[in-house]
Amino acid sequence: MIADGVEDEEKWLAAGIAGLQQNAFYMHRALDSNNLRDALKYSAQMLSELRTSRLSPHKYYELYMRAFDELRKLEMFFKEETRRGCSIVDLYELVQHAGNILPRLYLLCTVGSVYIKSKEAPAKDVLKDLVEMCRGIQHPVRGLFLRSYLAQVSRDKLPDIGSEYEGDADTVVDAVEFVLQNFTEMNKLWVRMQHQGPAREKEKREKERSELRDLVGKNLHVLSQIEGIDLDMYKETVLPRVLEQVVNCKDEIAQYYLMDCIIQVFPDEYHLQTLDVLLGAFPQLQPTVDIKTVLSRLMERLSNYAASSADVLPEFLQVEAFSKLNNAIGKVIEAQPDMPILGVITLYSSLLTFTLHVHPDRLDYADQVLGACVKKLSGKEKLEDKKATKQIVALLSAPLDKYNDIVTALKLSNYPRVMEYLDSETNKVMATVIIQSIMKNKTRISTADRVEALFELIKGLIKDLDDAFHDEVDEDDFKEEQNSVARLIQLLHSDDPEEMFKIICTVRKHILGGGPKRLPFTVPPLVFSSLKLVRQLQGQEENPFGEEESTTPKKIFQVLNQTVETLSNIPAPELALQLFLQCAEAANDCDLEPVAYEFFTQAYILYEEEISDSRAQVTAIHLIIGTLQRMHVFGVENRDTLTHKATGYSAKLLKKPDQCRAVYACSHLFWVDDQDNVKDGERVLLCLKRALRIANAAQQMSNAARGSAGSVTLFVEILNKYLYFFEKGNPQITVAAIQSLIELITTEMHSDSSTPDPAADAFFASTLRYMEFQKQKGGAIGEKYEPIKV
Amino acid sequence: MVLVLAIGDLHIPHRAPDLPPKFKSMLVPGKIQHIICTGNLCIKEVHDYFKTLCPDLHITRGEYDEDSRYPENKTLTIGQFKLGICHGHQVIPWGDLDSLAMVQRQLDVDILVTGHTHQFKAYKHEGGVVINPGSATGAYSSFTYDVNPSFVLMDIDGLRVVVYVYELIDGEVKVDKIDFKKTATASAH
Repeated sequence: MIADGVEDEEKWLAAGIAGLQQNAFYMHRALDSNNLRDALKYSAQMLSELRTSRLSPHKYYELYMRAFDELRKLEMFFKEETRRGCSIVDLYELVQHAGNILPRLYLLCTVGSVYIKSKEAPAKDVLKDLVEMCRGIQHPVRGLFLRSYLAQVSRDKLPDIGSEYEGDADTVVDAVEFVLQNFTEMNKLWVRMQHQGPAREKEKREKERSELRDLVGKNLHVLSQIEGIDLDMYKETVLPRVLEQVVNCKDEIAQYYLMDCIIQVFPDEYHLQTLDVLLGAFPQLQPTVDIKTVLSRLMERLSNYAASSADVLPEFLQVEAFSKLNNAIGKVIEAQPDMPILGVITLYSSLLTFTLHVHPDRLDYADQVLGACVKKLSGKEKLEDKKATKQIVALLSAPLDKYNDIVTALKLSNYPRVMEYLDSETNKVMATVIIQSIMKNKTRISTADRVEALFELIKGLIKDLDDAFHDEVDEDDFKEEQNSVARLIQLLHSDDPEEMFKIICTVRKHILGGGPKRLPFTVPPLVFSSLKLVRQLQGQEENPFGEEESTTPKKIFQVLNQTVETLSNIPAPELALQLFLQCAEAANDCDLEPVAYEFFTQAYILYEEEISDSRAQVTAIHLIIGTLQRMHVFGVENRDTLTHKATGYSAKLLKKPDQCRAVYACSHLFWVDDQDNVKDGERVLLCLKRALRIANAAQQMSNAARGSAGSVTLFVEILNKYLYFFEKGNPQITVAAIQSLIELITTEMHSDSSTPDPAADAFFASTLRYMEFQKQKGGAIGEKYEPIKV
Repeated sequence: MVLVLAIGDLHIPHRAPDLPPKFKSMLVPGKIQHIICTGNLCIKEVHDYFKTLCPDLHITRGEYDEDSRYPENKTLTIGQFKLGICHGHQVIPWGDLDSLAMVQRQLDVDILVTGHTHQFKAYKHEGGVVINPGSATGAYSSFTYDVNPSFVLMDIDGLRVVVYVYELIDGEVKVDKIDFKKTATASAH
């Protein structure tokens, strides 16, 4: 039965259209032959098709549109008739002879349109007559469409100010009166629609009813376009009358739609000047009406209006828009105790956006809104509702977007209190939003107090909150969060060293509570921030006023030492070692020998006790040698101790090739170009010889294990080192030594047991080519190379 | 004509929050055929960012890189040129040209791209070239007190390579151009 319903409707519609077309055909014929009587007869029959009750509003609309098109032709005909001498008054009488009321009223409206145009009677009289007569149709759908037709044909014939239909007797008041009356009647019909038909089809009917809402709303649209409605008339007549109808109809769909419609069609400045009246209607609406959406849209419009021009801002102040909206929201929330928390937050969120636009200078307003929000949230557990938390994020993001400056938001005392209500996941999201805002705007956070407040806000990222420990955290998400914290740390900066030191200590205090998983992310940026401060202070007289309190590199190094040490305990020994070496170099630049020595000691302890992976050891050893080679602060004794250790570590690496390379790298610890006191040719040679022995041992091991000698690469590398020091003028490196090394390599390469290694061959070849190149260079170098036979 | 981006020592996020926006707006996808990165990115985000610029990406390991799968050094051939990449913390004394030249001989390459010092350098050395693109973020370095963010674009065309150095000085991008020609004798092949 229900399945058939749709098909039946199609059939009925088709039948209706067929009937309509047939009569329209005869009507056209009558029009062509100027036969008024037949024209009226067939047009009335054609319009009879609109009397059906079988069609849904959707299908009825289709039929109506066809009739509408035909009526346009008829209207043209009537116009021509009057020109041919037919009296419009007679015509107006004549059409009323139509047998059925619905066709009669459609014809009457059509002629009425021509009547007004003829100006033989005042527009207001005709309009009044028509709007009254239409009461004859009380069937909701038919009535709505008929009145919609009336609204359509009359909209360009209203006695508006400046319109040709305005006269002594016809004023804009009459135009408004007519539209308001038609609106009221249409709304009544529309609301009544829900009671038509069986209760079980209510849902379907309400859906159909929603589809017709624009027919009613059209009247408001017409009103908004009447030029003659000035603010006074809007305030005194239009708005109160419309609201009266809205409130009295007590219908959820109508109230929601019409309130929204009022807000959308009338100008913003009118809303602003009638805020009391408009807002006064909200608490009177049905409790089920979705007020938050409507009210939010109103605030959104007003926000945009405020943003459109600075000239309008005084108006907002004058009418005290903020406090009125604030009150209205309070009342609505009170009147709807069941409003979900999402609705409450949405309202406050819109209000916050509003005040940020209208009163950017009134931070207290923004704080007040956040405070009201806290009040509403208090007593509740942390929010579970996904949509509500999303809305809170929007609420909290609004001040950031507006001011582009977290520093302003940090002044809002209720801001962190709202954040308290977020679950830890959302808290993190919000913290990330805050960091992104800072990054995007390159906000400088330049005092320790603000840093303190900021870290309080983003603590969800800084440490495990109480309830977070059992959450499974995605590894990649965690990394991303912590990397964003690391980026943030670099933007915390003050040019004043004292303040900067305070900032560093504040950050340190917060991040040290972050636990072993976070420290490897947060410590390095803090270390480099501190090292930059050291550079800033470097070269300045120490304690110019003898003040105990003032910041010195020494003091910073103490903090650094303790900070990096936390990494060794996690354990993240490789990172800690790298940072200790960076600190050592910085101490070197500050001429602080004991401090630098201490950092090296720390690095060595880590190397000995914590770094066990052979690959990590190789990297660590390179960093140790590389750093040590650059140190100039050490006296002979300290230097000897450290170089001795480093050489020892090198010779103890697991793999022979790694040993060999590290040992020959150590040769640079004894011969430094720009340090005259570090030119110990003998020990350089010792290192290189030791490296050779290791290379030999590597060869033998390879022989024993695989039955073939390994590659000669290591020998060629050592040959290059010989050449290096040879060129530097190390007297211990002799032509004979180089010569014998070349021979050794050549022999090895040609021995039967050697493994072919094209890379090593190429290396050797390019080394020989290099020597040739140096020879040909001439000058001192050329002379030096001259005796070597290649 | 082949465009090769040489870039390194970004140290994100240990020492710098991100690439300078001016660099980011210059580096657009689809223009560069190869990326050579000396290392110290340090995080995967940066790796992924490079991938968006150009899928042909060659990275060696810096001491701070979280991805330990990057090799210590790498060679590749582009047109007539053989290129080598090595971060450089393994080459002592750090930044020393003569020691880097040894690596160049060892890898048997025409162009060696290296990093670690955060100072842009380009040397012509016995017919080959050693290039250090500097630090793309101008990261803290113990070698120098004022590091300007820099990177290098190499335009390789036949036997000729034009090295463009982009350096951010006081908020302005300065471009320098260095020309190298590979001669028959310098050929290491």
